[in-house]
Amino acid sequence: MIRYVVMRTLTMIPTLVLISILVFLIIELPPGDFFESHIAELQALGEDADLAEIEMLRERYGFDQPQVFRYLNWAGGMVTGDFGYSFEYRLPVNEVVGDRLWLTIVLSVLTILFTWALAFPIGIYSATHQYSWGDYGLTFLGLIGIAVPNFMLALVMMYFANSWFGISIGNLMDRQYLNEPLSWEKVTSILSHIWIPVVIIGMAGTAGMVRRLRANLLDELDKQYVVTAKAKGLHPKKVLRKYPLRMALNFFVSDIGSILPAMISGAEVTAIVLSLETTGPMLIRALQSQDMYLAGSFLMFLAFLTVIGVLISDIALAFLDPRIRLGAGSSK
Amino acid sequence: MSLTSSPLPEPGAPMGHFVSDLPFDPNEAEVRQSAQSRFAEASQRQLMWWQFKKHKIAYWCGIFLLVMYSTIFISEFLAPYSQDTRNSDFIYSPPQPVRLFHEGAFVGPFVYGRDQTLDMETLRRVYTDDLTDVQPLRFFCSGDEYDFWGMVPASLHLVCPAEGGEVFLLGTDRLGRDVLSRVIYGARISLTIGIIGVTISFILGIVIGGLAGYHGGWFDAVTQRVIEVLQSIPSIPLWMALAAIIPVTWSPILVYVGITVILGLLDWTGLARAVRSKLLSLREEDYVLAARLMGARSGRIIGRHMVPGFMSHLIATATLTIPAMILGETALSFLGIGLRPPISSWGILLTEARSVNIIALYPWLLFPVVPVILVILAFNFLGDGLRDAADPYK
Repeated sequence: MIRYVVMRTLTMIPTLVLISILVFLIIELPPGDFFESHIAELQALGEDADLAEIEMLRERYGFDQPQVFRYLNWAGGMVTGDFGYSFEYRLPVNEVVGDRLWLTIVLSVLTILFTWALAFPIGIYSATHQYSWGDYGLTFLGLIGIAVPNFMLALVMMYFANSWFGISIGNLMDRQYLNEPLSWEKVTSILSHIWIPVVIIGMAGTAGMVRRLRANLLDELDKQYVVTAKAKGLHPKKVLRKYPLRMALNFFVSDIGSILPAMISGAEVTAIVLSLETTGPMLIRALQSQDMYLAGSFLMFLAFLTVIGVLISDIALAFLDPRIRLGAGSSK
Repeated sequence: MSLTSSPLPEPGAPMGHFVSDLPFDPNEAEVRQSAQSRFAEASQRQLMWWQFKKHKIAYWCGIFLLVMYSTIFISEFLAPYSQDTRNSDFIYSPPQPVRLFHEGAFVGPFVYGRDQTLDMETLRRVYTDDLTDVQPLRFFCSGDEYDFWGMVPASLHLVCPAEGGEVFLLGTDRLGRDVLSRVIYGARISLTIGIIGVTISFILGIVIGGLAGYHGGWFDAVTQRVIEVLQSIPSIPLWMALAAIIPVTWSPILVYVGITVILGLLDWTGLARAVRSKLLSLREEDYVLAARLMGARSGRIIGRHMVPGFMSHLIATATLTIPAMILGETALSFLGIGLRPPISSWGILLTEARSVNIIALYPWLLFPVVPVILVILAFNFLGDGLRDAADPYK
């Protein structure tokens, strides 16, 4: 088991290195660098650019060096926790992002828990009551969840929250806690806000998961061991609990790997619409102003989050299923 | 032996047992068998078609999509107005219902004329129906001038307002442009972006997945890694990053091409994986071995024997990836880093409904989300049906 976990964790490293190269290439794609456009902008405004400061920044971030060095500088900095420098804010990225990274993680974890809590019972119900009205209704709801764009759902929910309950559901916490250190009041404020984005983001993921769980469980229900268990005279509920459910549980954990990227995608868009204090709004602002280091760090962070999520789900799967553990991933 | 003991009745007398009236056909058995073997002898394509038609929802969704896609050839004719016609007298005008009866008498489809007043307290434009002003709709009529396909000048429309009147079936936006017309024009961009994007990713997927699956070795190993990397980066942030790089100076058409390429370039991974795994499993099939023993070259084996075997699966998979692309474009445009006006796509139309205030005041601006949802649902059902049909022997 330990061997498997170590091996699996080690294979994560080349993936992350490749991702970082890709992200760096994207950062470097726009012609010119931030300083050139910044100087041009200042000159257009008739102001004097502080050339000394810019020269210093340029040197510090290795803009006078070839690309390979800049990449190593950037990637090396990330490993030690230095995410680079945001040129727009003129602050290190670490200081700009503040709580945002943590809030993104909290939001993602809560969304996954929500998805699980909802998808599991619904999927089981749909599979065991195949072609019943309940199954059709839930399938239809799920399809709506898949087809309605996240941002529209967010907007419409914002509207209804406003007109029915008279509350504003944007943001993740009340304004006064924004730059406060973590306190109990802040946590409660966050908790009272966070469920709305969780529901919105979780919707599409839940729908997809229910769909796959249902198909998966239906396959299992046809298997001969289920027939055998029934023939032995076991209570139908016990049959379900003892055999197919355990198989489905496997799939349930591994499915995280496939919904996590989509979920984080959806979370970004929803966060922008609801102006949550997560990475989303800042990422898009960084992209629009071509503050590429900030954007790159966010992109890297999101990819990292996904990779870690998949890693955790793989390890959990190994705990659940001895076949994977003993195969030591050779089948993959 | 007397004649009376004969088992046969007297000539002309009725037979003692049942005899069918049908004409005698000595080949009947073969005929019936061949009718049964209609299934056994049908080509795979025929079987897939039968299987697909059995999936009623998928069948109708396919037809719905065909209709939607055929509208993009005649958008100019279907839309009552041109996409940029501004009606400064009708800004944020709500949808007008089509009526048939005026004061109890049947007049055919018509709308009432509208009067606009400015609410001095809220500064909102208030529109009231003028119940005396009956404006019958005209069909196959001459209205706004347009260049059909940007080339042939014409003015024929399916529906036009009465002379001197206006008709906004889905209301107007902040510039007084007809929402319905813009949705019809927007279909052109939104629907093609999915198809073109999928075509790009389809070609990439087949070529890369095919090479990886057939040759294996280091190429396969590298491809697998690259696919893993691409799949572990959340797609929308990645699309956002690439879309944000598109220079502001590009023309809208070029931006459209750029966005399509971005969507396609990042989406081939799933298809490549499918191709690779299919190739790997088909390589072991007996008929491939037979072909090889007969001396077929690898090009012929792949093209003639293996590709037809999984093409239908691929098409089904590709169909299921189109919705993600359409949603992706919609999300990017909505966030303001996708397509740009004057091109109109459903995503761009939805940017008009960006804030809660607008939804509260002018809810009809949300309408473009309806075709988005319908098309995505239809593609999902169609993909499901195709996937079932792809394996008709099951």
